[in-house]
Amino acid sequence: MSAEDIAYATYVYAVARDGDALRESAAESAGVAGAPVRIIPGTGDGAPVFVASSVSAHDFDEAALRRHLEDLEWLEAVARAHHAVIERLGAATTVLPLRLATVYLDDDRAREALDAGRAAFEQLLAKLEGHVEWGIKIYVEAPDEAAPPPPPGPASSPGVGPGRAYLSNRRAQRSVRDSAHRAAGTAAERIEAAGRAFATDRARHRVQQGELAGSRDENVVNDAYLLRADRSDAFRAEVARAADDLPGVRVDVTGPWVPYSFATAPEPAAAEGGPS
Amino acid sequence: MTEPLAGRTGSYPSRAAPQYAQGSSANLADILERVLDKGIVIAGDIRINLLDIELLTIKLRLLVASVDKAKEMGIDWWEHDPSLSSRAAPDSLAAENRRLRAEIEAMRRSEALTGGGEEAGEALTGRGEVPQAEEESGGTRSDER
Repeated sequence: MSAEDIAYATYVYAVARDGDALRESAAESAGVAGAPVRIIPGTGDGAPVFVASSVSAHDFDEAALRRHLEDLEWLEAVARAHHAVIERLGAATTVLPLRLATVYLDDDRAREALDAGRAAFEQLLAKLEGHVEWGIKIYVEAPDEAAPPPPPGPASSPGVGPGRAYLSNRRAQRSVRDSAHRAAGTAAERIEAAGRAFATDRARHRVQQGELAGSRDENVVNDAYLLRADRSDAFRAEVARAADDLPGVRVDVTGPWVPYSFATAPEPAAAEGGPS
Repeated sequence: MTEPLAGRTGSYPSRAAPQYAQGSSANLADILERVLDKGIVIAGDIRINLLDIELLTIKLRLLVASVDKAKEMGIDWWEHDPSLSSRAAPDSLAAENRRLRAEIEAMRRSEALTGGGEEAGEALTGRGEVPQAEEESGGTRSDER
């Protein structure tokens, strides 16, 4: 492979309908590694377009990508750049986000893929028009170590040995947790009801755990709701009330997002059959 | 940690063009679960397969708390077949060629890949200040949806 002919590859962010709004927002965007963002038109009148930028072919060949993807700093930079382009475009028009690191050898190859997917893209663009996504996470709050929940009753403590005190303390903690989980279930039902009333669709994400999730609380529900933009307020108001009377339960709302979680085209090639 | 239902976007416009106010402030985990897990998948010329990405997110502890936990849950495919790369049908000779080269590369590196997985995970834990939320006393897991 000679290095001179493939210094750049084409990184595609999203599919959208062409138009002034799109072109303006694309012109204002900076892509991966700060590269200018451009439009790759499809073939034919009114065809959807790709929004793309050039990336270093050396950084984005298979081997390099594999390496880079193990590097959280690199991944974060690319993910944030990808997301920033999509948000910027999404503020102007309906966009279908593509999976991170969708890369073609050149614009012509990208256009072929664009043309091949036209029917599916148009269908999804129509479905998602005027919609936004809200992320809803329900947490069971971690027991507060600074102030352990119910101190053992003063009446019983004097005569009780440490072993038994420990056990009863343990039991108390567990029952607090159990009831918090039940309360989380109640919150989930209320939010689902609000979803049925206002939302167009719902997608489930896996619950977030671990360091990146950034919380000690236990994430028990991690859903995304697709809402018409004009219904967001009503939905959020309902969601905001869902955990008001439920101690130990926290509801975290993020958004509005470009409807990433609903831009999942049925793939003709791969029969996935996965959940959600 | 008692932030009530604050949401990240204090004020949110809802009419007309939505302001995607999250921008740089959005939580990395929330962004990653969308850009890695969601969004349209179409076959690019440069194939990084989804399985790699799943492995990656596992390593990032986004999905499961640890590689050990992943194994417990039966998620251990990476140990078996690092070459089960691209699932999409090859759409051209060039793409096929690239895919094969990638597979050879993957096989060459399979040793390192499987061996390195947990280390990468450890490294990640090591650098965080937040210790893993301590495992609960058992028996409460069943309430998880």
